Amino acid sequence: MVAPILPLTLSAAIVKRQGRRLIGPVDCTIEAAGTTIVMGPNGSGKTTLLRLMHGLERAREGRVAWAVDEPATRAHQAYVFQTPIMMRRSVVECIAYPLLTHGTGRREARARAEEWAARVGLGDALGRMATVLSGGEKQKLALARALIRRPQVLFLDEPCANLDGRATREIESILAEARADGVRIVMSTHDMGQARRLADDVLFLLNGRIHEAAMAWPFFAEPATPEARAFLKGDIVE
Amino acid sequence: MIRKLLTACWAMCLMTGLASADGLKLAVTTSFHNSGLAEVLLPEILKDTGIDVQLLVVGTGQALRLGEAGDVDAILVHSKAAEEAFVAAGHGTHRREIMYNDFVLIGPSDDPAGIAGTATAAEALERIAAESAPFVSRGDESGTHKAERALWKAAGIAPEGSWYRAAGAGMGATLNTAAGMNAYVLSDRASWLNFGNKGDLALLFAGDPVLFNQYAYIPVNPARHPHVNEDAAARLESWLTSPRAKALIGGYEIGGETLFTFNAVPQ
Amino acid sequence: MNDILAGLVEAGRLVVTLDPDLIEITLRSLQVTVTATVIAAAIGLPFGAWLAVNRFRHRRATIAVMNALMGLPPVVVGLIVYILLSRSGPFGVFGLLFTPAAMIIAQVIIITPLIASISHQAIRDLWAEYHDLLISLNTTKRQRIHALLWDGRRALLTAALAGFGRAIGEVGAIMIVGGNIDHATRVLTTAIALETGKGNFALALALGFVLIALAILVNFLIHGLSRTESESRW
Repeated sequence: MVAPILPLTLSAAIVKRQGRRLIGPVDCTIEAAGTTIVMGPNGSGKTTLLRLMHGLERAREGRVAWAVDEPATRAHQAYVFQTPIMMRRSVVECIAYPLLTHGTGRREARARAEEWAARVGLGDALGRMATVLSGGEKQKLALARALIRRPQVLFLDEPCANLDGRATREIESILAEARADGVRIVMSTHDMGQARRLADDVLFLLNGRIHEAAMAWPFFAEPATPEARAFLKGDIVE
Repeated sequence: MIRKLLTACWAMCLMTGLASADGLKLAVTTSFHNSGLAEVLLPEILKDTGIDVQLLVVGTGQALRLGEAGDVDAILVHSKAAEEAFVAAGHGTHRREIMYNDFVLIGPSDDPAGIAGTATAAEALERIAAESAPFVSRGDESGTHKAERALWKAAGIAPEGSWYRAAGAGMGATLNTAAGMNAYVLSDRASWLNFGNKGDLALLFAGDPVLFNQYAYIPVNPARHPHVNEDAAARLESWLTSPRAKALIGGYEIGGETLFTFNAVPQ
Repeated sequence: MNDILAGLVEAGRLVVTLDPDLIEITLRSLQVTVTATVIAAAIGLPFGAWLAVNRFRHRRATIAVMNALMGLPPVVVGLIVYILLSRSGPFGVFGLLFTPAAMIIAQVIIITPLIASISHQAIRDLWAEYHDLLISLNTTKRQRIHALLWDGRRALLTAALAGFGRAIGEVGAIMIVGGNIDHATRVLTTAIALETGKGNFALALALGFVLIALAILVNFLIHGLSRTESESRW
């Protein structure tokens, strides 16, 4: 049995680049279950917050703490980038790659990759080069690659930003399945409908700070802050 | 596929290890090699003595350095003063004269300096200098270059000026340069006869005894370099001074002309 | 112009009659250069990738030096290798001077910086693309370099072929350390230098054409082989 890595706690965390503060100070806690949707206007720091949680950015000040030591959490987190990063390999090799780098045998890795390819609807594309897939297929591949190691936490940075309705629906159903399997999801999105469909709770970012943190239904029904209210109405918030 | 390629590459690497031949390494001058005599002698040496002579064709200066460093087993060169210094310094055991050929003066066939009718080499060089006719020198510290400088000195001339060009190259390359510039040049007869790109050049002067070019054989001193093939070097020396070598060297001709005169003294 | 024509004719004759000397020196050229390329690639490719992936204090200086070494004059390399391998030099006891091994050593020194530099540039671009993913997947440094080398293999093949091209046409260094000994260390380029020295332009050119043809053939062969796996299989 793998030790749970959650909760994740950010305390007064600040990320700076070249002396400029990107986000922070940020305080929040990601508890063990559910889906957190990160919302906010462009430049509010959604991507940086997700990267900070995942360890792709380092906190210049403050702390990012897991239930266990950070290195022990690495194998149990996964991340899906806004623009999928495709290795120059076939679909099945791409999906199997995270298993191969963590000691799974080739035969088993391939079998599980094929299974995951089928689950995300890429069962017919096993031998195709990942780089020539369509945008939706690439993002589904990225999801399979992220989920194949059964992470406890999955971060997604606007995974459906460039996708049409059908691809978005397919991705949402994969995420719903993952959530049902107990995967903790932290995801940013611009799509208000998607946020309403998936969110258990919401982090509303503004100018690099968490402006409002709330459970989904109170937030969507009656945001506590005027800025969140304006944002939900579609007004321009700065 | 890439694995197969790598396997093939490794097979080739392994073959390389087996490719080195056993034999005697002999440093010779370009002029000797260009004569073509080596191609006659080497198969006979292999047949008679079983020695696989590997020729390193270099300038006299480099040949002496290779001998000094012990990178060859023996040297065959033609620069008496340098050879004697080499032996005196203990790099070689002794110096054995084998044969000689001669140097010739080559120049444009219309001979603008008029050296064809002169009596001595010194006179011919004086005329070239007086006319400032283009002259290409080896300029590489080779035996031929040293011989050329000795000739200028004997004629009392310090060759300099835009007409005197130092090529800094082997005999063949220097002849190529002379052919391109239509210039005078000092060459050994053998290199000249075997040279394939004569252009407008012609042999204009030869026969002065000062132009004789003595070849000598020097085994590298095994006391300095214990790894040298002393036994093969000794056997090669006795072959080179044998009647069999005398017949082959004396009988070697290019275009009906004898090139070398065997003059080794039997011991 | 006539010389070039004569050279072509002579080249045709040598190839058609399968001239044994030509075959011998051609095979030796290939053997020396392919071996040198494999060794140089084994050093240069991972080093180029390592340079692309790692950040360390003198990284910029290292890259600048490596790029400068691409222009190493072969004659200087030859001279240095000669002095090192000479019986009077530090590695004289191995008796490697005037053997194909010495020629391989010289060529490895000449082409490794070239291969490392080209592969570094290719890998750097790929690393910029893969960086976040490979960090996110919690790969080790070794796994990152391995993935970059494998996925960048097309570009790396080009780097290796560039090294091969430089080595197969090289004459200055191998003339000094190989000695151009007939039936032992004579290769196409040293034979060309020798025949040019003798004024046998036609034969020298013929050998030159064979050399060019060989280089083209090897390039086609390698690209042909690599294309067969363009749709990668498991």
